[in-house]
Amino acid sequence: MRAHRAINLWLGAALVLPMIAIAAISLIWTPYDVTLLDVGNKFAPPSPSHWLGTDQLGRDVASLLMSASVNSLTVAFVAVGMGGSLGVMLGLLASAFGGWVETLVMRLADLGFAFPALLFAIMLATAFGPSLSNAILAIAFINIPVFARVARGAANQVWTRDFVLAGQAAGLGRARLTFDHILPNIAAPIIVQATIEFAVAILAEAALSYLGLGAQPPLPSWGRMLSEAQTLMYLAPELAIYPGLCIIIAVLGFGLLGDGLRDVTDPRLKQVRA
Amino acid sequence: MIEANDITVRFGTAEALRGINLTLSPGQRLGIVGESGSGKSMLGLSLMGMLPDAAGMSGQIRIDGTDMTGAKIASWRAIRARKVAMIFQEPLAALNPLRRVGNTVMEPLRQHLGHSKDAARARVLQLFEETGIQDPVAKFRQFPHELSGGQRQRVLISLALACNPKVLIADEPTTALDAHVALRITDLLVRLAEERGMALVFISHDLAAVARTAQDIAVMYGGEIVERGPVHAVLSSPHHPYTQGLLLARPALGAGHLRERLPVIPGTVPAMRDLAVGCRFSGRCAVELPHCATERPASRPVGAHHDAACHRIGAAT
Repeated sequence: MRAHRAINLWLGAALVLPMIAIAAISLIWTPYDVTLLDVGNKFAPPSPSHWLGTDQLGRDVASLLMSASVNSLTVAFVAVGMGGSLGVMLGLLASAFGGWVETLVMRLADLGFAFPALLFAIMLATAFGPSLSNAILAIAFINIPVFARVARGAANQVWTRDFVLAGQAAGLGRARLTFDHILPNIAAPIIVQATIEFAVAILAEAALSYLGLGAQPPLPSWGRMLSEAQTLMYLAPELAIYPGLCIIIAVLGFGLLGDGLRDVTDPRLKQVRA
Repeated sequence: MIEANDITVRFGTAEALRGINLTLSPGQRLGIVGESGSGKSMLGLSLMGMLPDAAGMSGQIRIDGTDMTGAKIASWRAIRARKVAMIFQEPLAALNPLRRVGNTVMEPLRQHLGHSKDAARARVLQLFEETGIQDPVAKFRQFPHELSGGQRQRVLISLALACNPKVLIADEPTTALDAHVALRITDLLVRLAEERGMALVFISHDLAAVARTAQDIAVMYGGEIVERGPVHAVLSSPHHPYTQGLLLARPALGAGHLRERLPVIPGTVPAMRDLAVGCRFSGRCAVELPHCATERPASRPVGAHHDAACHRIGAAT
């Protein structure tokens, strides 16, 4: 059964790692400059010089996709990082103090859950104008309650363990206990959640960019490539298919990776399946 | 060192501890015995101010001259490690699996005594030496799973002793260890208590371990101390029917005893909320009097420094 569990992990890694590698390569090299327009050579079919052809403005599609992957990964990383750390801190706070603090934090988290990210992003865009940073803020915001919940649940379990009792008996305060004993022991579920949220964030970024609330031109983005290709669906359907495929691979990859990580790190699942 | 007066711990209407009185002088070693659910661990936790949130405690506690009656968490935290410390039953569970044991022991030194990293490290190595950990320098960097059970317990003892507490509460420190290692740990505790003039509360259900460790023994049943006195006196002439039953239930060694059935105390410890209002032992007691279930027996002297709480004592039989 172990092999079955590992499949998710390996499949996820097989999708994600090449993508990260390609993103890294695009930072120093892409086949063409993504801002280079060559209108005379628009809608070129795939060829040795343009692997995936060119778009309606004659830009190299492969280069665009490569650059856009950096955008997607950065947005996901920053947003999950920001929302995640804030959420984990809130969850740890709730768990450490319990009582009304815990109730307050968790009810706020419920409130956050009830708030659609897209709506929040549209709100931010209306108030401050559409921009990539507003999209990041919106995605970070929806991550806060997710991580608060995971962190608090995991931390509550760790608080009941004997070594925390021993720390208390050694006169350590809540803050010390939280950072030295609780946080390292909830790292596994947090990392798993972060990987899954990474997939969600990539999808959210694509959606926001598609709606014009995310990356602004000329910054390449899968979501915007998709929306631009929409009007050309009958003329050049491949221009919509390529970014769509990229989104699918990224979301599926991180999703599988997260599931696989959870499967191998969660002892409860191990018992059930073993 | 410790003066506890009329300690009562309630969970709702159920009483986990009732009217516990306890005094310990420096260097004194008190053994607390009782079966599971007798409240002995609860007593240990109440002396650390570490009762669960749901528990309500009344009574007075003075620890090393500090009145801890009704103290808040912050004042308890200030005396933990420095005045009272505790070691636990399951040494593997009581160590953070993700920290090197040296770092775990360093923590209270840095926190409470403000030691620098180097000073704390030197002190930890010294503590490891004192608690009989071989090759302290190598052990310092190891993780709990890399150590043996006895070594882990020694690490925990080092952690407890780090800030030179006046009282050490050992809650079944040998239960999870095999007999040979357990003996060495109890001997270590006795030696440390003697060397440091530290009072020791040794909680156990193992009468032999208590007899080896403690000078005085307190027998607990249903959240009360039913009998207490010098180890020798209590074990050789038990006065409370529960203590008598407990001692009879020990297997005797020798060829003549092989086929003997062990006498047992009939029944099991009732749930906390089903305990009798009077003597906690009524209902299981073989020599019960009519008023035992309703009237609480007072503790009466039955010998030098030896008391028992039973209506039979002093009454005509």
